[in-house]
Amino acid sequence: MKIYLEKTYIIFDRELKGYFRTPLASIFLLVFLALSSGMTFFLGRFFERDQADLTAFFAWHPWLFLILMPAIGMRLWAEERRSGTIELLITLPVTNMQLVIGKFLASWIFTLIALILTMPIWVTVNYLGDPDNNVILISYIGSWLMAGAFLALTSCLSALTKNQVIAFIISSISGFVLIMAGFNLVLSSVRSWTPTWVTETVGSMSFLSHFSRIQMGVFDLRTLIFFVSMIILCIWINVQLVQIKKAD
Amino acid sequence: MSSKLIDAKNLKKSFGEFIAVDNIDLNVLRGEVVGFLGPNGAGKSTTMKMLTGFLEPDSGDILINNVDLKSNPLKAKEFIGYLPEGAPSYSDMNVLEFLSFVGKMRGLNKKLLTTRLDEMAIQISLKEVWNKPIETLSKGFKRRVGIAQALIHDPDILILDEPTDGLDPNQKHEMRNLIKTISKNKAIVISTHILEEVEAVCSRAMIIADGKLLANETPANLEKQFANKDIISIKVFNKINAVLAKNLKSSINYGDVKIEKLDKDTNRILVSDDKKTPELNAVLKQVNKFKLNIIEASFVKSNLEEIFRKITTTNASS
Repeated sequence: MKIYLEKTYIIFDRELKGYFRTPLASIFLLVFLALSSGMTFFLGRFFERDQADLTAFFAWHPWLFLILMPAIGMRLWAEERRSGTIELLITLPVTNMQLVIGKFLASWIFTLIALILTMPIWVTVNYLGDPDNNVILISYIGSWLMAGAFLALTSCLSALTKNQVIAFIISSISGFVLIMAGFNLVLSSVRSWTPTWVTETVGSMSFLSHFSRIQMGVFDLRTLIFFVSMIILCIWINVQLVQIKKAD
Repeated sequence: MSSKLIDAKNLKKSFGEFIAVDNIDLNVLRGEVVGFLGPNGAGKSTTMKMLTGFLEPDSGDILINNVDLKSNPLKAKEFIGYLPEGAPSYSDMNVLEFLSFVGKMRGLNKKLLTTRLDEMAIQISLKEVWNKPIETLSKGFKRRVGIAQALIHDPDILILDEPTDGLDPNQKHEMRNLIKTISKNKAIVISTHILEEVEAVCSRAMIIADGKLLANETPANLEKQFANKDIISIKVFNKINAVLAKNLKSSINYGDVKIEKLDKDTNRILVSDDKKTPELNAVLKQVNKFKLNIIEASFVKSNLEEIFRKITTTNASS
């Protein structure tokens, strides 16, 4: 078990440092911080709302992640397949599960770093008023969980192709469908020809409805189970896809 | 305990309708360097990918140092060092980081890793690029980095897919020397389509084409078994027209007479016979009858290249 975790950690470590070896990390962090605060202050009207909370900040996260998570995750497998390094990885004495988990965790921890760097906005709101910090903490955790689900999905889809751009596009589109799953636009197209339980299942898959509950400070088990099982499912599919597509 | 470090039986692999590897057996003992020869697309890489556990064979068994690759892949992979085709590596890492990464994944502890890294730097001559990003290295250095990552854990088995491809003649020479030096207590499989490489480093050559194993011999035995009878080559400083060519062919009393135009005024007459070795004296006598200016007459010994061509094309046509 110790060796199992050790090797997963080595993969994780290489991948996480990999973000910082290229300008990707700094560009991503800058864009994330600029967009998240820009949206909070200009689109979310942080000051005009005159409320000491971070609703205006978190509300944009699903939409930000829709673009930014595929940008972080698109290279995870597509690049290994394009450059042929997948052959090195798979012939090392490790399991595909270790590889997938190590890589996924690296991208997820990278996102955590990005979220931690938004702390000044939390400091600001505490300076200006008296927000409910429990709600903010729950929102941060929820946001990170949602990012994890987006990343697991992207990692999984990036195993389908050798082209990072294609990985980015299909991940964004799939992410969009998952965000919109709770909206009438998607539901009405399903409702007309499927049993009610299917419509309900599709509706319950919505990232947005789960996340909006979290934003209100309601962190129920269903939401936790939803995001965690989404991550686990994507990781499992990812392992299968790596096995099937490795030699293509 | 068998001394076979690699023992593969009845390997088969198809991709859809295409049969890439068709019932190949392969044994490699410690101390052997096996050259895997074949035209492009013959199934060399696919076989190597199966031996290293990258691809699963459709059928057949692979024992790596007596460990079954299928049922115990993690253990079996520990014995193998592998250089995939094209020597892929993480181009954003520097040489030290990359080799350390592979070494750690191979389970080397800190102390052993440091020792092995030092050894690699010297043995593979990587010192001067040690802290350079791999993407900035020349092809020769990239290939060396690939070899170093395959050797980092000092494996019993080395599988090198075209280790000298794309290297300049000096680098090729160095690489072959390196393979020879490390081959003493390892089992090494190298794939190549360069025949001189097999003659230079391999103790055994396996020729494969269309997924089938066509020959499995020492280079010397291959030559004995498959070599053409000697060919006589006579270079003449004359133009040879169709009539003269016809007359020459009919008067030289051997099975196969070919005329090759070398340049405007020079031609070469090649004489061979499947049944008997042609006699130089007799051939020269006949050629002299036509009052040709002979500038050179010699025997052409068939080399491994011709043998290879003969084996692979005969099989393809049959």
